[in-house]
Amino acid sequence: MQGPILDVKNLSIRYHGASADAVRKVSFTLGRERLGIVGESGSGKSTVGRALLRLLPGATITADTLRFEDADLLALSEREMLKVRGRRMSMILQDPKFSLNPIRRVGQQVAETCLRHFPVSRAEARVKTLEMLAAVKIRDPERVHDLYPHEISGGMGQRVMIAMMLLADPDLVIADEPTSALDVTVRLQVLNILDALVRDRGIGLIMISHDLNLVRNFCDRVLIMYAGRVVETLDARDMDAARHPYTRGLLAAQPRIGGSRAPLAVLDRRPEWQEEMAP
Amino acid sequence: MTAPVDIQNLSITFGTGPGAVKVLPSVSFAVAAGECFGLVGESGSGKSTVLRCVSLLTDIWTGTVKIAGKDVRSLPLRERCRLVQMVFQDPYGSLHPRQSVRTVLSEPLRIHGIGDRDARMRQALVDVGLPVDFLDRFPHQLSGGQRQRVAIARALILEPSVLLLDEPTSALDVSVQAEILNLLARLRELRGFTYIMVTHDLAVVDHMCDRFAVMQHGTITETLPRAAIAGNLATHPYARELIGASLEYEGHGRG
Repeated sequence: MQGPILDVKNLSIRYHGASADAVRKVSFTLGRERLGIVGESGSGKSTVGRALLRLLPGATITADTLRFEDADLLALSEREMLKVRGRRMSMILQDPKFSLNPIRRVGQQVAETCLRHFPVSRAEARVKTLEMLAAVKIRDPERVHDLYPHEISGGMGQRVMIAMMLLADPDLVIADEPTSALDVTVRLQVLNILDALVRDRGIGLIMISHDLNLVRNFCDRVLIMYAGRVVETLDARDMDAARHPYTRGLLAAQPRIGGSRAPLAVLDRRPEWQEEMAP
Repeated sequence: MTAPVDIQNLSITFGTGPGAVKVLPSVSFAVAAGECFGLVGESGSGKSTVLRCVSLLTDIWTGTVKIAGKDVRSLPLRERCRLVQMVFQDPYGSLHPRQSVRTVLSEPLRIHGIGDRDARMRQALVDVGLPVDFLDRFPHQLSGGQRQRVAIARALILEPSVLLLDEPTSALDVSVQAEILNLLARLRELRGFTYIMVTHDLAVVDHMCDRFAVMQHGTITETLPRAAIAGNLATHPYARELIGASLEYEGHGRG
């Protein structure tokens, strides 16, 4: 076991022209594990993910430490960052409809990862692409390879995205709401595929989501964010033992199958949550 | 105030002859007065289309839809609007960005020639749990949950009997969803509304609905009571799969 894949200390992010930080003093480390980041819209969870890939032009990022394996993400030049982004660290976005190029065949887009990062011929890239499409359980890779994004379903599109990201054999994958655009039946299938690949290959995974059920079932550890801060860190299986009133409030607000039909608990937001930090 | 909905052989076909495409082959179900009926199914299964047909936002369908015993097609537009209203999925898209809450709420009253507008608008805001001074706000000055409350107030202002709810909370955070679901449940209790609610979330169905229909490829595979969810008592394979996936996703049976 080596050191952590990712070491983040006191990460703060301020968007250009904003009067306050969108993310405030967030600290965590990530080993070869699955880490969930949950919170409501505007809590800063996606901003953290984007900052790690340095995808926030114009925003001011400060941190005591922002280390990815041997690289100091704050010190890397954009040229050096190109060798990290998409190769050693990659991101799966929410909706395949908007993240795939509509006028290029699916296979070409997946193969681009290979051609961009490795010295391979087009024929070799094609072989690797087909293997990867099969690994994400696409039944007829040869056929799907030549389809355009509008010809495939949402679940298949998201598996194509996963194939594209994993083809470079990264050490860290950041999945930003990878299944919120999918139907429940398809969602589980996609999550199980992602989960198996990430485990088999020993990839570190950050799962950004607003969905407590998802992180509970598919993560090892969970950070709960509120107003740009991490208010609580929990083992996913101990979610019901959460102590912070915000986490408890979120859990109670969720309707459950077989639950009571009494009015759902409503979150009573406290101003002091904005200033508290996880111990 | 309260009205049953009866839908018989609702169908949409494009083209004629052998090349005709049945988008919605045939949907029939009945909702009792004051009942909350859920429509679930995967994207593209036609659940939102059913609501759009009932409200006549889509009018290329055949079949009959009766609300309170009256055929919606033969009802004059104004009368129909006072019987049935719709709440849409995305409050960021369903409110005009340059219209204040006052404009949004007063327009239906003006069209229908209803007096005492100010008092009615205030009451509508109180009903959905918003302060009355929100009348002069614009959508960009409201949060997602507040916008959805305004959209519900707009649906309530003509005092309809039937509300068509198209994924009313899926664009909202879970904490805000709880507030809106509580609001909808309270309004139904107070006013006896009939709800037809489209959702993809069976936990929401379990919390809100009395019965629900599972749709696939434009047809209803099975209509089930709410109690069938927890034990997955569906018999149709697709309905079973959907309920099973939802249970597994919630962590039931994972140990």
